Amino acid sequence: MKGRIIILLAGLCVTAPAFAQQAASPAAQKPMQTVRAAVLRVDKPELPPISRLDTPPGDLGFAGARLAIEDNDTTGRFMGQDFEAVEVSATPETAAAEMDKLLGEGVTFVVTLADEDATLKLSDQAGDRALILNARARGDRLRGADCRFNTIHTAPSHAMLADGLAQFLMWKKWPNWFLISGSHPEDVALADAYRRAATKFGAKIVEERTYEDTGGGRRTDSGHIQVQQQMPVFTQRAAEHDVVIAADEAGVFAPWLPYQTWDPRPVAGSAGLVPRSWHPALEAWGATQFQNRFEKLATRRMWDEDYQTWLALRMIGEAATRTQSTDPATLKEFMLSDKFEVAGFKGQKLTMRDWDHQLRQPVLLTTGDVTASVSPQDQYLHQTSALDTLGIDRPETECKF
Amino acid sequence: MKHLATAALTSAICLGLGHPALANRVFVSNEKGNDVTVLDSDTLEVIGHFPVGARPRGITISPDGKELYVCASDDDLVRVFNPETMEETHTLPSGPDPELFVLHPSGNPLYIANEDDNLVTVVDTKTHKVLAEIPVGVEPEGMGISPDGKVVINTSETTNMAHFINSETFEIFGNVLVDSRPRFAQFNEAGTKLYVSAEIGGTVSVIHPENQTIEKKITFEIPGVLPEAIQPVGIRVTKDGKKVFVALGPANRVAVINGETDEVEEYLLVGQRVWQMAFTPDEKFLFTTNGNSNDVSVIDVAANKVVKSVPVGQQPWGVVVAPN
Repeated sequence: MKGRIIILLAGLCVTAPAFAQQAASPAAQKPMQTVRAAVLRVDKPELPPISRLDTPPGDLGFAGARLAIEDNDTTGRFMGQDFEAVEVSATPETAAAEMDKLLGEGVTFVVTLADEDATLKLSDQAGDRALILNARARGDRLRGADCRFNTIHTAPSHAMLADGLAQFLMWKKWPNWFLISGSHPEDVALADAYRRAATKFGAKIVEERTYEDTGGGRRTDSGHIQVQQQMPVFTQRAAEHDVVIAADEAGVFAPWLPYQTWDPRPVAGSAGLVPRSWHPALEAWGATQFQNRFEKLATRRMWDEDYQTWLALRMIGEAATRTQSTDPATLKEFMLSDKFEVAGFKGQKLTMRDWDHQLRQPVLLTTGDVTASVSPQDQYLHQTSALDTLGIDRPETECKF
Repeated sequence: MKHLATAALTSAICLGLGHPALANRVFVSNEKGNDVTVLDSDTLEVIGHFPVGARPRGITISPDGKELYVCASDDDLVRVFNPETMEETHTLPSGPDPELFVLHPSGNPLYIANEDDNLVTVVDTKTHKVLAEIPVGVEPEGMGISPDGKVVINTSETTNMAHFINSETFEIFGNVLVDSRPRFAQFNEAGTKLYVSAEIGGTVSVIHPENQTIEKKITFEIPGVLPEAIQPVGIRVTKDGKKVFVALGPANRVAVINGETDEVEEYLLVGQRVWQMAFTPDEKFLFTTNGNSNDVSVIDVAANKVVKSVPVGQQPWGVVVAPN
């Protein structure tokens, strides 16, 4: 590779008749304008996950942010725009102070990686001083009764994930579900999403059971020994069903269900066939090169949180490109408008729901190794967008801004 | 391996000897099969399958028909083959992850999009040396060149621009923002129009090359097909500029556009996930690669009719027809 010639970019000019007619001035003549964002991750002290393969990497979400900033900056060179994202780790106790600091520094876009309660608190704390981009919390109440105008959700909601799975199960003609949910509040919320999905798509929940988290059963308790004996008995004598649906947002028992159920039935939901926003085996729609770029940068595979953080910061970058502006108010207005669309390596443009600020997106149905299917399934039609067959649609929303 | 080599050799002999004078060879790169399927443009029969390296995508041929170039994306190389025998003659340095490229009308140099590295690499096809690396937007893919050879176009899929590059100084002199995920750039023969497809945006921008402004955006509507499935990728224009064909990806259709009015006139049903296309030199046929049905569709250009589909390899990506 000797004798490389790197050609410097000269005489740059951008023409964008689509949205902004006015700006055709050469970027090189303008000083670089900077868009400042932050990624605030709130880590709760938690027990290790059931499988050591699911141990979260130290740079969870942050690595996605770094790729997004690289992508935005590459485009920014042609636009005279520069992007940065400060990475902040906090605990539930220090999150408010860290947010104060960011707001004090004039950061107007904050991507949050936090649970439902912490996300809501941070949204309220930011008020009209910053736009919050929720890249982790999936609870429906954040898009419903507890929605906030200043909060955009790049993480798919429980309802979207449950609907994505329900469509596939109905296409498979597996309408009889045995729903097993955990005892934590987030498990109860997720189980609600499955009940709703069953009603929406005509499935029948033939039996429900709750797996109480009594503090045992995890890997730390030599879980496989206990659970191997627990699960068959726990699932014994259930009404005739096609599939077991696990609602285990807290990650206490679901991975122990496959192959341990009393009846030989597939498991879906929190284990088995899992609906999610991203999977490192996805190759279609240009995802291969996206995965390659991420893996080169992070030296690990991409997690959902990385994807959702990348998406949040790419939204900001895309808005800056299309509006040819770095003004936070302009970017925010554009992101929330019906003109906004962003490409996310999932085969179609991702757009914003104006009724709850949830980003529309396909849901991947994944097994351990592969993306088995992608919802919405072709058979489900919608008058506005097939993506609105997933999650809470306009007429059903409880969100009032 | 021995079996494969024998098969290749047998087919190579057939290629060299049993060839009718007027037929052209059609070369289809199979992204997942790591090979190229060769067809006869006259009989539309498969002549053979030939290994060409890891993840072959972009494919083109020299104007004299003597060198076949294949982007072996996962080998980070362009592999060059004798189109008659399908033996590899040499490789060209391509930069990492070469996806698609365009040859100067004179046959030299080759302009290559490096998808993973935000670069366009320029390679001399005679000396096999890298002449330049041009930083462009994120995920460069589409490569076009003006008929006079003066302007190279690169489209970057995540930056969403068509970059105008001076083919001699290698400097970018213009950037046009188009819709999401621009995949392909194609000039008409007169050099008066540049067509750029946007896969996720679902449009084809018609750009005036002189002043680099978008004159028109072509949109597509197909009854019974979800708008999300309409994803324009490959574009080909007849030499007289009158017909523009646009491959619409998972819509499984090729749009036929009037090259004068830039209005869609017809949609032709082809195989699944149609991406790239190539004419025979007489423009009698247009071949399309259908990645999800592992076949190529053959379109009768004058009649706007799909006349045949031919099974090829695993996930066909690119296609080129020998000029002679």
